[in-house]
Amino acid sequence: MSDITANAALSDDPSARYYVADHHPENGTLLGFWLYLMSDCLLFAGLFAAYAVLGRNYAGGPSGAELFELGTIAINTAFLLLSSITYGFAMIAAQRKNLKFAIIWLIITGLFGLAFLFLEIEEFLHLIHIGAGPQRSAFLTSFFALVGTHGLHVTFGTIWLITLVFQLKKHGLTVENNRRMMCLSMFWHFLDVIWIGVFTFVYLMGVLP
Amino acid sequence: MTMSEHTLTPNHPILGRLSWESIPLHEPILIGTFAMVALGGLAFLAVMFKFRLWGPLWKNWITSIDHKKIGIMYMILGIIMLLRGFADALMMRAQQAMAFGDNAGFLPPHHYDQVFTAHGTIMIFFVAMPLVTGLMNYVVPLQIGARDVSFPFLNNFSFWMTTFGAMLTMASLFIGEFAKTGWLAFPPLSGIMASPDVGVDYYIWSLQIAGVGTTLSGVNLIATIVKMRAPGMDLMKMPVFTWTALCTNALIVATFPILTVTLAMLSLDRMVGTNFFTNDLGGNPMLYVNLIWIWGHPEVYILILPVFGVFSEIVSTFSAKRLFGYTSMVYATVVITILSYLVWLHHFFTMGSGASVNSFFGITTMIISIPTGAKIFNWLFTMYKGRITFDVPMLWTVGFMLTFVIGGMTGVMLAVPPADFVLHNSLFLIAHFHNVIIGGVVFGLFAGMNYWFPKAFGFRLDEFWGKVCFWCWLVGFWVAFTPLYVMGFMGVTRRMNHFDDPSLQIWFVIAAIGALIIAGGIGAFLMQIYVSWRDREKLRDVTGDPWGGRTLEWATSSPPPDYNFAFTPVVHDSDSWADMKANNYKRPTKGFVDIHMPKNTAAGFIISALSFVMGFALVWQMWALAIIGFVAMMAAIITHTFNYKRDFYIKADEVVRTEEAHTRLLESHV
Repeated sequence: MSDITANAALSDDPSARYYVADHHPENGTLLGFWLYLMSDCLLFAGLFAAYAVLGRNYAGGPSGAELFELGTIAINTAFLLLSSITYGFAMIAAQRKNLKFAIIWLIITGLFGLAFLFLEIEEFLHLIHIGAGPQRSAFLTSFFALVGTHGLHVTFGTIWLITLVFQLKKHGLTVENNRRMMCLSMFWHFLDVIWIGVFTFVYLMGVLP
Repeated sequence: MTMSEHTLTPNHPILGRLSWESIPLHEPILIGTFAMVALGGLAFLAVMFKFRLWGPLWKNWITSIDHKKIGIMYMILGIIMLLRGFADALMMRAQQAMAFGDNAGFLPPHHYDQVFTAHGTIMIFFVAMPLVTGLMNYVVPLQIGARDVSFPFLNNFSFWMTTFGAMLTMASLFIGEFAKTGWLAFPPLSGIMASPDVGVDYYIWSLQIAGVGTTLSGVNLIATIVKMRAPGMDLMKMPVFTWTALCTNALIVATFPILTVTLAMLSLDRMVGTNFFTNDLGGNPMLYVNLIWIWGHPEVYILILPVFGVFSEIVSTFSAKRLFGYTSMVYATVVITILSYLVWLHHFFTMGSGASVNSFFGITTMIISIPTGAKIFNWLFTMYKGRITFDVPMLWTVGFMLTFVIGGMTGVMLAVPPADFVLHNSLFLIAHFHNVIIGGVVFGLFAGMNYWFPKAFGFRLDEFWGKVCFWCWLVGFWVAFTPLYVMGFMGVTRRMNHFDDPSLQIWFVIAAIGALIIAGGIGAFLMQIYVSWRDREKLRDVTGDPWGGRTLEWATSSPPPDYNFAFTPVVHDSDSWADMKANNYKRPTKGFVDIHMPKNTAAGFIISALSFVMGFALVWQMWALAIIGFVAMMAAIITHTFNYKRDFYIKADEVVRTEEAHTRLLESHV
């Protein structure tokens, strides 16, 4: 507001209170990205709702208690949670303007993401192999859809992360790149939050009788 | 379960399900339509080549990230699709007026079912949505004193996604067929067992592609309204249209993802053989019905809320006074926004949710009429003791108030569960929702187009043809839909292409006459545009403020310069332009500086075009092409992110030239 009063005070023209000479609106990218994340969150809400409705419709097929191996899932969860921490380190490095470490931490984050995806794909292939594929029952349909959509998000996040590493190498820690890192950071942590929901709601509650 | 079990021949490795049999050469209506479209297309191409317009079209429009041009393109899309959707309506009315007893009419059931599905889908997604989004895109940045939206590239991308979604729907006319399921495609009817053809897939992928555009434009406009308002414009000084746009876009972001995920589940059921909505293996079709209406009910408020904003602007402008009850108008809008999310079950009271659940949703539905009624009273009190001028936008507004109140009341009738058990799926329902969508949304869009047209093009729309258009629509609407109310009470159900009872025929004949009167209204609208363009010098708006407007969009020239405002306005009042005029505001004529603007880009068009290729390939199960389309799309997106030079400056001397031209124009017409 200070520039407005200054403008009005400097001029004798009574119309001067109705405009400013130079005005720069705030950048909306972070708000926009938050809004996008909330829309994505609703997409997951739809999938969670489907799982809530269909998750116990086994249709004579296997149940979660028979299929889920919590040990593997725990390792997978650890991978994803650790990747969030390493992403945090990348952000700290970026704030200290340390490009090299920012990139190194990003790469470590990406590797954790890939490890997570590897275990998840292995789990999926195993389930399909033993005849518990998504077509077997509504439970498995909603399970594969929910967990798979999360996995797809991690895949796209990893592609984005690789792209961003190249852009960081090319342009350094510019304003744009810092903003992009911030957006990917929100995306990555968001996927973590969703995973905590999946882990609790699908796996932990799924093994209950 | 794979597709090959349902088709006699295995799919072609490259063309998938597509073959010569997919081209409807045996349907004379479609061949005729195709000939018309082809002739029109050839004429268009001839004009484009003759006058060498391809370059300007590409440079100034297709790749433009200017919110004003994108807004106009949305309007053009909506109007073209209105002609298609209305052709469907005329065909249905003609079929039902003649198909009695031994007469089977001219549309066989499989074609008739596609026509009513396409009519609903097109009218909602590709007529009402683009027109509403177009108005918001054009007007909101001007009303808040901004130079563009928050994300100009995304805006262009959203528009092209919507357009290519529409094009995929149109492609189904001549290649294959459209869904025969009704506009919301309930399973198990839309499942692979009952609908093995490509129709439902066209429906799904058209809406998925367009839905991405809609969601992102919602994000964009919220960020724009929250972050880019002129200094001094706090939330309670925002024009009411901007408020309704904010609420509508919040609803878009909060509901379109549900549509996306629901359609994704349906397509998995169809393509992969999963069991979300199947009748066996634990699937649950009612899950689809709930999810689709959790999107579907807010959707109708997405359409009506901005239109409420349009009427608010028009009523206060043409009554030459401040809007009555600004604060209550804002709260009513917000309350409707929230409540719209709590009523979805009233669409299927008859599906066995039990008395308690039905009562809850019946009551929430009735409650919505309270804030809506408050709005009607606010408009009436704004008119009370106002200096009212009955220009065309005001005619639409008064016509809306009369028509919409009746439509709202039949809605409250349907909200009573026991009444709904009688009226569900009858023509009464059809009459009700056309009553609110035509009497509300369409009237509002015509009002808005007449109101803001001079701003966008620099000349007013012709008054005579505007009035012809209005009276045809108003009278035509009542002639077309009153018989449907009557027959609804008699228990006649919707979506029938043949009736046995000859006593009903007279009602359908009257309804068909009504549809013809509406057709006259659409013709008058096209005529109005032509006549106005012909007489544009006579209708020229040199002031930028042809109606005595009250909000900031009237503070700049008509049409506005690329940068909208040479200096960002400062707001001291909710009717900021009226406030400026009251205080003898003089437009600044010197001291201009460079203006920072975003640069045009082809990325949005290219990515959307590739999504069309992918969507078309998925419909026909051309897996190779689908993968190529997807990979190309990803590559285009990533390439676009490597573009760091996205802005430029309009130099101060160019601003000076533009502004001086405007000054000369103003002085020459004092």
